[in-house]
Amino acid sequence: MKHSRLPFMITMLVMVFLYLPIIILIVNSFNESRFGGVFTGFSWKWYQQLFEERAMWSALKKSLIIGVSATFASTILGTMAALALYRFKSKLQKVHYGLIYSPLIIPDILMGIALLLFFVLLNIQLGLFTIFIAHTTFCLSYVTMVVLARLQNFDHNVIEAAQDLGANAWEVFRRVLIPLLAPGIVAGALLAFTLSIDDFVITFFVAGKGATTLPIYVYSMIKFGSTPIINALSFILLVITFIVIWATQTLLKEKH
Amino acid sequence: MKERIKFLKDRIEIYITLPSFGWLFVFFLIPTLVVFGIAFKPVNAYGGVKPGWTFDTILSLADFNYFTLMVRTLWLSFLTTVGSLALALPVGYYLARSKPRLRSLLLLMIIVPFWSSFLIRIFAWKSFLHPEGTFKQVLVFFHLVNAETPLLYNSGAVLLVMIYTYLPFGILPIYAAASKFNFHLIEAAMDLGATRLYAFCKIFIPGIRKGLITAMVMVFVPAVGAYVIPDLVGGTQNEMIGNKIAQRTLIDRNLPQASALSALLALVVIVPMGMIAIMQSRSKKLKLEAHSKE
Repeated sequence: MKHSRLPFMITMLVMVFLYLPIIILIVNSFNESRFGGVFTGFSWKWYQQLFEERAMWSALKKSLIIGVSATFASTILGTMAALALYRFKSKLQKVHYGLIYSPLIIPDILMGIALLLFFVLLNIQLGLFTIFIAHTTFCLSYVTMVVLARLQNFDHNVIEAAQDLGANAWEVFRRVLIPLLAPGIVAGALLAFTLSIDDFVITFFVAGKGATTLPIYVYSMIKFGSTPIINALSFILLVITFIVIWATQTLLKEKH
Repeated sequence: MKERIKFLKDRIEIYITLPSFGWLFVFFLIPTLVVFGIAFKPVNAYGGVKPGWTFDTILSLADFNYFTLMVRTLWLSFLTTVGSLALALPVGYYLARSKPRLRSLLLLMIIVPFWSSFLIRIFAWKSFLHPEGTFKQVLVFFHLVNAETPLLYNSGAVLLVMIYTYLPFGILPIYAAASKFNFHLIEAAMDLGATRLYAFCKIFIPGIRKGLITAMVMVFVPAVGAYVIPDLVGGTQNEMIGNKIAQRTLIDRNLPQASALSALLALVVIVPMGMIAIMQSRSKKLKLEAHSKE
């Protein structure tokens, strides 16, 4: 049967729609002209200016501190949560699953304001610490889902075999389960890290004054007088994202 | 079925459940409940809340300005959902029918922008639509728009960027459902004399109904709560409820007002999410019933 060409054409248009603004952004990051309209010549000057920007480095440092610590905390909590959800089928786990699932579907702004009000009520000083708490909270759910998906695709015979060969519960856990689960845990951690590094809305609410992370810095550049150095910064961030996605895809693929 | 091998002892359950359970209880559940509580608290002069309870804040929501804000938010979210699904349906259909290698390449291409920085994608559109930007100049060159027509800071720009941002949330569930759809049904319908469009609407769309509803919720929920997009590419005439919440919190420092608006937003979001939950539990029940009959 002959297929209609329409779905194909719309798909290609959607691809153009998805990539056109990004491609123009990349081209402009090498454009000598200050305005994107005309390409007046190739230049590295926006990259040079970006590297000389001290505020950007300070924001990057804060983002990395939060990203690493929130990834560490959420990976540990999320892996334990996934093991609990997978292994036990009690009423407690039903409530546990609900708690893990809900942060994934509520709009960011609700989570941001809820945490802000909570910190204000408890008189907790806003800053890097409150951002860490907020990031760990939303990353936890994503890590749990990724590790749980890995557990659900898991060949149970391996554990049975280990037990038949005389391994005790701890040995099974330490020498079979954790190594098999490692790609899932690493993929979860990478996802948590990208989410933390990229989060703007929730961070903006709980940051208070002075705790300028990279997205908050980018936001204020976009909002108040943008210079082409954001194009340069955007391209660098895109490249980093591609590397992380590629690494995650590779890790998740080798399960077969 | 053979009983699952127990690799963790029963008494361990509480130790591995408690850390994440406790964390989310303290930093997610309690703060969410606090939002509803603060809406009933009087505001003090220092941007905090006073002891005592009041209905004034909730009653102040019954204001014409809030009404238009809410209508605008729902209307823009509705249009975003319709626009995203109108594109996601043919894309999902095409992905499900394409060859595996092309399909995984296209899927990756859809996921990549979805993982890249949200702010940067908005910025890309902002510079794209900018008066000195490429797109505007192309349009002016072909006399499609007047040089004075602004492409930015209007509801059209908000809608465009929202569709751009949330489109992958629409494509992925539709593709997931379409990849399980039996395409012979469409051929059968066409052999029996149905037109292609008729078969698409009457066979394909009902066949992927669950994916379609998931896609709707996945697009609608973040769209209703959108704040950064109307803030950066919309004008003051295109504010959504998210902007008002941020303004009341970060600029006016009226936390009870912000809470009341957030509670309203939460209610708007809970309805479609409840729909999905009911649907999922129903299909799970059906699966279980089918299983027990075997």
